[in-house]
Amino acid sequence: MSSLGIRPLALGIVAVVGVFLAVPMVLGFQKPFIESVQHGPRGVAMGVVYNDETLVTNAAANKIPGYLPQLPPVGPKASAIYKNVQVLGDLSVGQFTRTMASITQWVAPTQGCNYCHNPANMADDGKYTKVVARRMLQMTQNINQNWQPHVAATGVTCYTCHRGLNIPANVWVDTSTGPGTDTGMGFAAMTPGKNAPSAAAGLASLPSDPYTPYLEKAETIRVIGNTALATDNHASIKQTDWTYALMMHMSNALGVNCTYCHNTRAMADWSQSPPQRVTAWYGIRMVREMNVGYMDGLAGVFPEYRKGPLGDVQKVNCTTCHQGVYKPLYGVSMAKDFPELQKVSSANGGPRLP
Amino acid sequence: MSEYLNIFTRVQVRGHYEVGTPLPGRDNAERTNNPPIFEYWMGKLGDAQIGPVYLGTLGVASAVCFMIAFEIIGLNMWASVHWSPMQFLRQLPWLALEPPAPKYGLHFPPLSEGGWWLMAGFFLTTSILLWWLRIYRRAIALGLGTHTAWAFAAPIWLYLVLGFFRPLLMGSWSEAVPFGIFPHLDWTAAFSIRYGNLFYNPFHMLSIVFLYGSAVIFAMHGATILAVSRFGGEREVEQSIDRGTAAERAGLIWRWTMGFNASFESFHRWGIWFAVLCPITGGIGILLTGTVVDNWYLWGVKHHIAASYPALWGPVIDPATLPGAAQLGVVK
Repeated sequence: MSSLGIRPLALGIVAVVGVFLAVPMVLGFQKPFIESVQHGPRGVAMGVVYNDETLVTNAAANKIPGYLPQLPPVGPKASAIYKNVQVLGDLSVGQFTRTMASITQWVAPTQGCNYCHNPANMADDGKYTKVVARRMLQMTQNINQNWQPHVAATGVTCYTCHRGLNIPANVWVDTSTGPGTDTGMGFAAMTPGKNAPSAAAGLASLPSDPYTPYLEKAETIRVIGNTALATDNHASIKQTDWTYALMMHMSNALGVNCTYCHNTRAMADWSQSPPQRVTAWYGIRMVREMNVGYMDGLAGVFPEYRKGPLGDVQKVNCTTCHQGVYKPLYGVSMAKDFPELQKVSSANGGPRLP
Repeated sequence: MSEYLNIFTRVQVRGHYEVGTPLPGRDNAERTNNPPIFEYWMGKLGDAQIGPVYLGTLGVASAVCFMIAFEIIGLNMWASVHWSPMQFLRQLPWLALEPPAPKYGLHFPPLSEGGWWLMAGFFLTTSILLWWLRIYRRAIALGLGTHTAWAFAAPIWLYLVLGFFRPLLMGSWSEAVPFGIFPHLDWTAAFSIRYGNLFYNPFHMLSIVFLYGSAVIFAMHGATILAVSRFGGEREVEQSIDRGTAAERAGLIWRWTMGFNASFESFHRWGIWFAVLCPITGGIGILLTGTVVDNWYLWGVKHHIAASYPALWGPVIDPATLPGAAQLGVVK
């Protein structure tokens, strides 16, 4: 074989490999500049990392909208004037109208009242959106009343998630084992919910659906042992992959890195963790309650086209509210001006099993 | 006249084919029946001569086993994207052949649930061990020491710890590494997280010392020899025994700058030991993880190697230890 044959071949291989490596690398880079803010004791490299460009984008995307001023509780109650007012009946008619107008602005600004209401009979529950909206009002009240360890006095409103959209931009359905996602053919190896770019886990090859086990079911998240020597902790590496994927999801959802909640030299140690980790712990439980106690219960209400390939309803994760920011809407409270969203006001407003 | 004073080789060795000394028996045919070729670009990196290649029985057996493992891994990856050639290329770095689930322990799982992984591992291991034997036997045939084979045995030890010895001790194949580009990296990160931070594992520390040390030693050696090549310093073996001005100058610059120098002979021992100790110590560290030590950070605290830092916040308490924590968020 002459050397003439090898040379173009070798150069060709080098060129192809170079392009394959260079293109994704260049496209995958974040634009400078990156800021690091110290978030722990000196010398442990606990910094929260921000990209200047993302901060500008996020600041613009997370402004609160203008809203109607509060009205005094004067005049007859909504329940006395309107029929079928199950949640907000204690409000005055004026207050009630303001809340309805605000919800329209937050959830259905283009469709208006008729997105939920039958214009011929506003009390009619015929549209599924009205039934869902009522349950979502109850969920909002429950969050603000019972989940202060997570939402604090800031609270949430419909806008926290919806941002002017009928369905919040970031929701999830169970797709991990759905039709079309089974792998291979016949006896070929199955990929156990991982080994593909995982949108949940920052495009790592980690599990693609950490939501079902941790944000709907209550699978064990903790895998790290509490003793120096091996005793009875049998958590596997594979199980760790799932916890890892959940943590990556939280990191993406909040636009923060691991050290926002952990001193990464000892991930499991609470005494060295920033207090944000406690807030996040309550957040996981809160989202579980939202998904099981509210969303899953609406399975019979949502039409099929609003459901996932396995027939489950669209559900909540950390991104649904946070949308890439450590505090939704940078911690500006809209809920304080909507006292009717602060307390569970109906007998059946709490979380319940489907 | 050519010289070595350049980052890249400027000397192209051309002439008659170099096939070495005559060998006894069949080996001599392998030496003469495969005419080598010259390649200019390879000459930029090393010797321009390619070949003669000796494959032999062990080489062929090793290559066949490797191809079987390679095919098992590749075809299963391809199947995982429904045999789509585009998706196979696009997602290749993410794809993997996964070891069995923990529930199978050390039993043979169904093919689709880790059986293929066991088979790929068996053939890859066989291929590597045959290749090791081939290097050992070729060294003997040439009348060399078997240093290369024993150096290769060091990374084989680490490989066997990761995929064989440790899973055996843990009683589960699921503990082993997946075959895949990103998945094996995710495995590495998950392994450190699960066992409480591998940086507190003293054998991991040693392994890093020898890894970075090898790089430093390699650079020191290359720089020194290139620097004294104008005095004939590249003739290292001669200079080990009959120390000339190159060896003396090379030694003196290190004594001037740091007070001590290795000799032309000893430095190659520094090199091989730093290199082989990297996977040897690393393998010990992996073998102890999960079998003896469950949380390396806590092990570090126990043995006073983990510094403590001032608390910046009020006491942060694990909310799971508070009353009613287990029921929180559980809908009844």
